[in-house]
Amino acid sequence: MDDTLLEVTDLKKYFPIKQGFLKRTVGHVRAVDGVNLSVKRGETFAVVGESGCGKSTTGRTILRLEEPTGGEVVFQHSELGKINVETASAKVLRRIRPEMQIIFQDPFSSLDSRMTVGRIIAEPMIINNTLSGRALRDRIAELLTVVGLRPEHASRYPHAFSGGQRQRIGIARALALNPKLIVCDEPVSALDVSVQAQVLNLLEDLQDRFDLTYLFISHDLSVVEHIADRVAVMYVGQVVEVGTTDQLFYSPKMPYTEALLSSLPTPDPRKRTRPTLLMGDVPSPANPPSGCYFHTRCPYAQDICKQEAPPLRDIGDNHLAACHFSDELQLKGASRLSEVSATLAATPQSAAAPQPGGQDSAASTASAQEATK
Amino acid sequence: MTEATISTPDAEIAGDSVISIRNLQVEFPTQLGTVSALNGVSFDVPRGRVLGIVGESGCGKSVTARAILRIVERPGRIVSGDILFKPGRRKRGGAAATKPGRAGSAAPDSANGSVEGAGEVVELTALDPTGDRIRKIRGQEISMIFQEPMTSLNPVYPVGDQIQEAILLHQTPDRAEAHKRAVEMLRRVGMPNPERIAKSYPHQLSGGMRQRAMIAMALSCTPTLLIADEPTTALDVTTEAQILELMRELQEEFGMSIMFITHSMGVVAQLCDEVVVMYLGRVVERASVDDLFHDPKHPYTVSLLRSIPRIGVNRGIPLEVIKGSVPDPYSSVSGCPFHPRCPSAMKGLCDTVLPEETTIAGKPDHTVRCHLYPGSTPAQVASSGAGE
Ligand SMILES: Nc1ncnc2c1ncn2[C@@H]1O[C@H](COP(=O)(O)OP(=O)(O)OP(=O)(O)O)[C@@H](O)[C@H]1O
Ligand SMILES: Nc1ncnc2c1ncn2[C@@H]1O[C@H](COP(=O)(O)OP(=O)(O)O)[C@@H](O)[C@H]1O
Ligand code: SF4
Ligand code: SF4
Ligand SMILES: [Mg+2]
Ligand SMILES: [Mg+2]
Repeated sequence: MDDTLLEVTDLKKYFPIKQGFLKRTVGHVRAVDGVNLSVKRGETFAVVGESGCGKSTTGRTILRLEEPTGGEVVFQHSELGKINVETASAKVLRRIRPEMQIIFQDPFSSLDSRMTVGRIIAEPMIINNTLSGRALRDRIAELLTVVGLRPEHASRYPHAFSGGQRQRIGIARALALNPKLIVCDEPVSALDVSVQAQVLNLLEDLQDRFDLTYLFISHDLSVVEHIADRVAVMYVGQVVEVGTTDQLFYSPKMPYTEALLSSLPTPDPRKRTRPTLLMGDVPSPANPPSGCYFHTRCPYAQDICKQEAPPLRDIGDNHLAACHFSDELQLKGASRLSEVSATLAATPQSAAAPQPGGQDSAASTASAQEATK
Repeated sequence: MTEATISTPDAEIAGDSVISIRNLQVEFPTQLGTVSALNGVSFDVPRGRVLGIVGESGCGKSVTARAILRIVERPGRIVSGDILFKPGRRKRGGAAATKPGRAGSAAPDSANGSVEGAGEVVELTALDPTGDRIRKIRGQEISMIFQEPMTSLNPVYPVGDQIQEAILLHQTPDRAEAHKRAVEMLRRVGMPNPERIAKSYPHQLSGGMRQRAMIAMALSCTPTLLIADEPTTALDVTTEAQILELMRELQEEFGMSIMFITHSMGVVAQLCDEVVVMYLGRVVERASVDDLFHDPKHPYTVSLLRSIPRIGVNRGIPLEVIKGSVPDPYSSVSGCPFHPRCPSAMKGLCDTVLPEETTIAGKPDHTVRCHLYPGSTPAQVASSGAGE
């Protein structure tokens, strides 16, 4: 059996632009414009790119929360085998949905404020008729514990929880039906750094425990470098580079990836860098440029770039890039912050004061329980 | 209320600072109880430099910024404390030019460079928040840019007109001249076609362009102090990099001071000269940017720095976390406000006694509020041996 869980081929999602009194369609926003992805079982596959490049729409269209305009989405279901999601009947969709779940960015608006936390988590199980009564209550308690909350939280309402805790509720709901694939759409972007670390650790922990595969959508490159096994870069509705995290971060083969990496502010004042600034704005997906979509901003663009669109091709070791000059260009990767200052290595302790009578002095790895107060 | 100009006897502006904040307390009386947003904040904004303010959401960064401009939202109020302001931009090296549209009051300055547009110390907390004095300061001396550009841009006017109006109001009565300066300002912030952009309405611009238009407006009066409240948080890294580069250039050119509020440690490291770390309405550490990253002292600062993913360092290793979360704003924590989450907390001391700000030995500009450091435990407590 091959280890591909999800195979996306030439996926397209166009939104009509309607205008005037008669609401005639005057054009299309090509939010997703021919995306190819192949996600392996058990990996964290990240999708990065600037705002509006089509990351969320790609995720939603894969789950068929949006109807695709074209292309193929093949999901490997545990019982039904290979299923074409884009043409699946309502009945088949109901069978495969439990295995494909989603977590959203905004923990504040993605939870219904009128439902108790228990009800929110129970919802998918009630809809799919998997559990009821005592067994359902036990399962809710179990899920809350798994994500680092407490069983008694089931009777409270979402507003009583902090951002990080709400994100945990969203994760518990996504886990309810024993999914195989979870699309994580910016799951930590709305959280403070310290809470972000807790949730990232939780996601990694759950992946190991439950054999999960993540399609991890994010615009934060340092989060992606930390969590992803492989990464796809999107630009104006298309995938322009795919590689392992190492390939992509340390030997990028597409000028846009280089620009993204150089824009990342390094958290070390001794490593001040001047980023390669991109000129101009991201082109509109309603009216993309000719040839390579990046040619309007690319510092290496040649005449051919305006005329011919470079295909996404394997340039060796399964590293894919869409650029006419991938083989020639010497592009710069991210700078590694190899050494961490000594002070950060140890817990601050006083020379003068008595030894810290600290409670749990190991503030280290996120045992999920730490999040609950 | 009468408008005071000279510093009050209980506080003085520190060294060459544009702003000195002392013991600032701000409260919001709400139906659920009183929120103490600021519990005695003190720090200085150095002239001609970039000061970063970091801390998790709700720690009081925005309220501090709003208090300086006297635009704290109702029903919030300044309960006590001082905010002293001394106008003047520091020109590095170059000859002092007079601020456009204003009588040359430039005072010569000592060592490195000169100060232009210098003025007398003003006690901002003593001003009538709706009075002429503070309004003039807001228009000419202290500008603010927000995370959401539509807070300061009016959707029904072209952006060029809006900048032009700001210039007409404070700098020159000449329309043609004001228009020229507005277009020039748009060019300076990196707009590709400033003449055309000037005629555009805000909704016709992308998020990054709106942010730049707002910066152009804020800078059109060449302020002494620019307060930037998370101006890049909603932007992509590529646009963020453009805006940071722009801030650096403009800061050098105009010699203004910048107070840059952010929760991105990367942005702090790349842009700021000095940093203030806030937690629950207090300043817990203040240091040069190099000391903050390479010799942090406060356990909260250390935890924050450890919890960020670092490229090439912590892949595959769980991130350090700070246990728990920021307490809700209605509750009050006894002792050190960080003690419920602190890995170094000392029982019997940290949970009962509030640490005072103390200076790190040998580093006069590095201060911390934590019992681990000599001088932070109040003298009477230390001598009575409450730490045991
Ligand atoms: N329902 C819709 N109708 C019309 N256009 C849409 C719709 N949803 C998305 N779009 C457009 O499709 C493009 C891609 O949007 P998408 O939300 O997928 O971007 P994204 O990469 O997730 O961005 P962000 O990082 O801001 O979340 C954008 O131009 C967006 O305006
Ligand atoms: N208009 C308001 N009404 C009530 N409380 C407020 C208001 N504005 C801010 N606060 C409270 O003041 C504290 C500091 O907020 P703020 O300065 O906005 O934090 P941040 O550091 O995220 O900018 C928080 O506890 C917040 O809830
Ligand atoms: S194909 Fe041309 S324009 Fe596109 S990324 Fe490569 S060099 Fe740049
Ligand atoms: S005073 Fe105590 S609790 Fe507070 S930061 Fe220092 S060691 Fe931690
Ligand atoms: Mg999105
Ligand atoms: Mg704020």
